[in-house]
Amino acid sequence: MDHNIPRYSFKPINLGRWVIWSLFAIILLGAPMLFTSSLAMTMLSKMGIAIIICLSYNMLLGQGGMLSFGHAVYSGLGAFAAIHALVKAADGSWNIPVSLIPLVGGFAGWLVAVILGSVTTRKSGTIFAMITLGVGAMVFSMSLMLPEFFGGEGGISGNRVIGDPVMGITFGPQIQVYYLIAVYCFICTAAMFAFTQTPLGRMLNAVRDNPERVEFIGYDTQRVRYIAFMIAGFFAGIGGGLHAINDEIVTAEVVGPEYSGLYLLFTFLGGALFFFGPILGAVLLVFATVLLHELTKAWLLYLGVIFLMMVMYAPGGVSSLIMMNVRVAAFGLLRKLWTAYLGLGGSALVILAGVAVMVEMVYHIKLNEALGPMMTFMGVELDTHGVDAWVGAAFVTLTGVGMFEVTRREFVRQWGQAQEEIENEIRRRESH
Amino acid sequence: MNTNTSSPGAGGLALELRDVRKSFGKTEIIRGASLAVKEGERVALIGPNGAGKSTLFNLISGRMGISSGQILLHGQRIDGHKPYDVNRRGLARSFQVSNLFPRLSVYENLRCGVLWSMGEGYSFWKALSGCKAVNDRTEDLLEMLRLDKRRNTPVSSLTYAEQRALEIGVTIAGGGNVILLDEPTAGMSKSETARFVNLIREVTVGKTLLTVEHDMGVVFGLADRIAVLVYGEVIAFDTPENVRANDRVKEAYLGSVLADQQAAEAGV
Amino acid sequence: METFVVFFLNGISYGLLLFMLSSGLTLIFSMMGVLNFAHASFYMLGAYFAYQLTGLVGFAAALVLSPLLVGLLGALFERYSLRKVHAFGHVPELLITFGLSYVIEQLVRLYWGSSTVDYRVPEALSGTLFTVANVAGQGLTLLGGAADPAVCGPDTGNSCTQFPIYRGFMALVALFMLGSLWLLLTRTRIGLIIQAALTHPEMAQALGHNVPRVMMGVFGGGCALAGLAGVIGGNAFVTEPHMAASVGAIIFVVVVVGGMGSLAGAFLASLLIGLMQTFAVIVDVSVASVMQDMGNPVSFDHWAYPLLKITVAQMAPILPYLLLVLMLILRPKGLLGTREE
Repeated sequence: MDHNIPRYSFKPINLGRWVIWSLFAIILLGAPMLFTSSLAMTMLSKMGIAIIICLSYNMLLGQGGMLSFGHAVYSGLGAFAAIHALVKAADGSWNIPVSLIPLVGGFAGWLVAVILGSVTTRKSGTIFAMITLGVGAMVFSMSLMLPEFFGGEGGISGNRVIGDPVMGITFGPQIQVYYLIAVYCFICTAAMFAFTQTPLGRMLNAVRDNPERVEFIGYDTQRVRYIAFMIAGFFAGIGGGLHAINDEIVTAEVVGPEYSGLYLLFTFLGGALFFFGPILGAVLLVFATVLLHELTKAWLLYLGVIFLMMVMYAPGGVSSLIMMNVRVAAFGLLRKLWTAYLGLGGSALVILAGVAVMVEMVYHIKLNEALGPMMTFMGVELDTHGVDAWVGAAFVTLTGVGMFEVTRREFVRQWGQAQEEIENEIRRRESH
Repeated sequence: MNTNTSSPGAGGLALELRDVRKSFGKTEIIRGASLAVKEGERVALIGPNGAGKSTLFNLISGRMGISSGQILLHGQRIDGHKPYDVNRRGLARSFQVSNLFPRLSVYENLRCGVLWSMGEGYSFWKALSGCKAVNDRTEDLLEMLRLDKRRNTPVSSLTYAEQRALEIGVTIAGGGNVILLDEPTAGMSKSETARFVNLIREVTVGKTLLTVEHDMGVVFGLADRIAVLVYGEVIAFDTPENVRANDRVKEAYLGSVLADQQAAEAGV
Repeated sequence: METFVVFFLNGISYGLLLFMLSSGLTLIFSMMGVLNFAHASFYMLGAYFAYQLTGLVGFAAALVLSPLLVGLLGALFERYSLRKVHAFGHVPELLITFGLSYVIEQLVRLYWGSSTVDYRVPEALSGTLFTVANVAGQGLTLLGGAADPAVCGPDTGNSCTQFPIYRGFMALVALFMLGSLWLLLTRTRIGLIIQAALTHPEMAQALGHNVPRVMMGVFGGGCALAGLAGVIGGNAFVTEPHMAASVGAIIFVVVVVGGMGSLAGAFLASLLIGLMQTFAVIVDVSVASVMQDMGNPVSFDHWAYPLLKITVAQMAPILPYLLLVLMLILRPKGLLGTREE
């Protein structure tokens, strides 16, 4: 029995479904009441947008097996279309309510996907990935050539408060924008989930698993991919449109490689195998770009290293780690593992501490020279020019690595035991 | 849509190969193969390893293009057509190495095979759970293949025989009336093989069958006619008794195997 | 006309540089099925290491040491990271090299800063190799070295263009390296093993060759090639943390346009793109300007005016991508494509 090939199937227990979706709606509605600071508002709004975009990205990656390096093209061009629509709505040439502007973005995203997708989806696998990279680079380069559309260095600005309030809603205050985002987020998430339960959605999975066989059961693989690509572009465009409303300004970087890379990174980190993986990833994305970004200049480096570790050791992402443990818990075996987890977690923290000290010290030396050699790390004063801090950090790291190895082996042993018990139990149940 | 409505070709021929040739670079693998399979016939394709049997299947099903010649399905040319087009016209094939959808369950694998033939196409506006015809057919298939207890099992957890059964299941799911099976019983034990042959007989009732086989017991038990492929040519195409007696065949292939067979039969 | 000759040679030398990069990428891809997203990052490392080493041991030594260092890092990465992911499939392999490119860029920014570094062409190799002079009344002549002001000064009425020594050096190194690579692959025993393992890794391993080690060597070798390209390219062009990203996309285009797995295709595509980008920069023509010259000007208010006024020179950065799109539509296999995904 191979534990490592996870099954992509969402076991529908209808009551469970209602509960989960209601919970999702409640969280979306209630979050601003729990987290009231303006920082929280900003983050929640960004999360709603990111959820839509990451889910659309996973339509390609997780459901279709298509790795795209240029997804920001679709969300970004959707954002540009939306901000232009906003500008036109503001000066009266277009009569369109602000709440429908994201659909303009969606339409733009869809249209671009129709045009670019016809060429991009002709190939699959790694060639497809390279084409998306090229196309992404092309669109980003074009942003400098067409200042009329892309606004040059300053981008395009708009104003989301247009005309008279409708039922008291102006979209001036952030909370009103948040609820707009929340509504779209819920609807789009539900729509994208529903997609996974349609014939095309299922055939997209089949294309992911075995594109060759799909052709022998009557389906044109490229057409399946192309249609999915269009749908993903549509939803990405909606996310972009919401971004335009939220920020009231759109600059060329939204179609650029940084954004594309972030969607890829975090969708993968959240996990491409389960539907909720990208939702998790989107939340992490906002935490990283808003909070972690403030905490340390080395955040992209940490991100890259975490990503590397994930690809090597947990390619299913955080969501698959959670689900694996849920499975273990379902068989009542999770409590046996908690000591091993504690050991793992503890030693990982030690390694992290040692490495973080060293990284931060390097950053301090390189970037904050004017401030002198002393820096504080978590309340401790460190002399970056002295040897002690370096030796100490290296020692801490090495100790952590040693501890990690020991606890890891014990964990693997215990995990293997648990898996065996589960397999035996499954066999026992099946034979009844 | 449903592929069972295609009309039979001239003279009731389901599948016809006319002087088909295929070269890879300078090497000619299929060297003028000709075959005329009648509607409803069960034909076994035998031949020594390297004769080109799998290549022939690839050519017929559209996986590869031919170098010259013609392939006709129900009287219509299908050479050079894409695999999905060939399939939509009523020809389905299985693979020697199970070619399934590893991350989908048994049920989903079968359902995927059913979808096109039920006219679902590329629809994304209706739920799978609401496609009654599709789901009913999938249930029927599960029962026919005796896999209903394993409906939710991921493919990677199936036994070898179960995988081969599923492989055939996905092949016939679309309701095609010309079925190509590539070594369906390869690697199976005697009892599994016997069970499988019964399964194949059951699921291909009323259909045309062309199967590659090495097990002579299966061949003589299942086939109406046997085609012998040697070095890319069909050197004999006749009833089992006549093929047994054919000198060319004996010389090229059956010789020693047949002697063993007769010895085994005599000894029992 | 004289500009044409020099520009042509410039385009060829840039194309050769692109080929040095894309050949390594193609080899790794053909050999291991891995598309090394971080290939351009190794190019960048080659440039930065050379910058550092030139200050310590001089350019000549850096020319040798830097690629070796980069190759070593590549081999280590293959052994300890890539190999683990190999079993998961091609997409995870691509992802891990993507992650690596991220990490390398961040480390480079950390250590050398975010702006360009002053990696210069060495004194001995700077200067002009030859000058092409268009002397009035005489046509084109070739003059060795930097030309005499008497021939090429501003008042002479002649126009001259200079071809730098370093460009010639770049072309020389590229040709030498590619020649040795070709010899290695076709004439040596290890090359034979590599070629065998290229198409039939299991068989090669069954015959007793240590295929994993060969893989590590090929990956390291490919990275060393990229590093060498960095050494000679980094000072001719710019050395800064973004260089990997900008050239990375281009070499992928080269590989797809040339045809996956085809070295000859990559060669053609590299030269094509090298020439295209070098020449495009001087073509100041746009659809609007052409129409104006034909007496049919496009008005400013026309909705398509912003698109039509873009000159070929402005489009230079995206020309390779347009070529990619064109290829995919007209000839998806690539120029000389052999291996399909």
